[in-house]
Amino acid sequence: MNNFGVLPMSEEIYDDEDLDLSTLADDELVEQMHDDLYDGMRDEIIEGTNILLGRGWSPDKVLNTALVGGMTIVGVDFRDGILFVPEVLSAAGAMKGGMAILRPLLAETGAESVGKMVIGTVKGDIHDIGKNLVAMMMEGAGFEVIDLGINIPVETYLAALEEHKPDILGMSALLTTTMPYMKVVIDTMVEQGLREDYIVLVGGAPLNQEFGDAVGADGYCRDAAIAVEMAKEMVAQRRAA
Amino acid sequence: MLNAEQLDPEGMQMADTQPTIIAPALIICCSALLREILDFCKLNHWSHFEVQTITAELHNRPEKIPAAVKQLIDAGKQRGQQIFVGYADCGTGGLLDALLSQENVERIPGAHCYEFYAGAEQFAGFQEQQLGTFYLTDFLVRHFDRLVIRGLGLDRKPELLPVYFGNYRKLLYIAQSDDQKLQLQAQLAAEKLGLDYQYEYSGSGGLGHALSSFNRQIAVQLVQ
Repeated sequence: MNNFGVLPMSEEIYDDEDLDLSTLADDELVEQMHDDLYDGMRDEIIEGTNILLGRGWSPDKVLNTALVGGMTIVGVDFRDGILFVPEVLSAAGAMKGGMAILRPLLAETGAESVGKMVIGTVKGDIHDIGKNLVAMMMEGAGFEVIDLGINIPVETYLAALEEHKPDILGMSALLTTTMPYMKVVIDTMVEQGLREDYIVLVGGAPLNQEFGDAVGADGYCRDAAIAVEMAKEMVAQRRAA
Repeated sequence: MLNAEQLDPEGMQMADTQPTIIAPALIICCSALLREILDFCKLNHWSHFEVQTITAELHNRPEKIPAAVKQLIDAGKQRGQQIFVGYADCGTGGLLDALLSQENVERIPGAHCYEFYAGAEQFAGFQEQQLGTFYLTDFLVRHFDRLVIRGLGLDRKPELLPVYFGNYRKLLYIAQSDDQKLQLQAQLAAEKLGLDYQYEYSGSGGLGHALSSFNRQIAVQLVQ
């Protein structure tokens, strides 16, 4: 309690602990889930996801309306400098909670994926925060994502391309010392005549458009939201061609 | 570490002979290097350098570093100063180098401060030895709580620790000074992050070499 005696009244009015999500109408619940995602409240997102499914919402409707819709707000506020990395990571953690419920249900529905992506952090680099955000947002947008993990050598990338035949290869790096490895992978793809078979997207904190162009990528993704937009557009163009 | 006797006397000579018409040479640096640069200048009795800093917090937004550096370069050039930039690439992904190439200004070689302190070869060895090493310098040890714990939001959201550091295995403190108190702080930092601890003394390393090289360079230019 502070010296002004204000806190008890505020708690009485704004305390969300007593909020019963199941009493909210659908649109109110979705709005509340957007707020909960924004605040990184994983348990509430899991609860909200289950409630909407229990009301007969399809898994993809829950995913797009409640989760992706909420993460889009998070992404915009991050881009505008209103939210920072810790808040985005908490939001992503909350979304993962909802995704864990929806993923098997989405698989059961057999909905055709928007596209397929193989993604990994390049050899010598163990940083995966950005890669994981991209993988999650891509999955949320309806892509099938094969996440190879960290410290990935060219041989593993190529084997994954051969095995999964994705539309997109995504590579991430956080270090200026490791990002040149993206060129090693792309050059090897060129040497083996594979380059034109895939869309190559690159991203990571020290990268920029010039670097993306220099290594021969199809796109440089400044953040996860841009990665999703770019991936959708490029896959659609490729399929239309 | 270099000492005053090892450095070229010419730069000192020129600074002494023409003190009123030559503006002091300008070192534009990250505030993370300020203490070490001032110590190095003092040790070598270099009074002909002016040091201007840019906050180390820009490392969280490295894309903003080139513009901040350019602002100080422009001001320094207007004053007719010789300029050296006390940054490595520092996550700018080549943008800083593009600027410096246009401005014909040099910087400290290397990707990061912990790399030039250790030396490129030694650093490559560290990387090879243990992928997933988190590096601290004297500055980062001193400001660990502000830049790492609070900077990453771990004070507010400790549950994010495995998200940030789950792939790390070791904390390596590359020390510029032989300071028992900092060593203890670095060990505590490793404990906080749940990492193994290792200590390596580097002294001023590549920073000292780069400053000495700049000092020689301006001395030559002044002689010409």
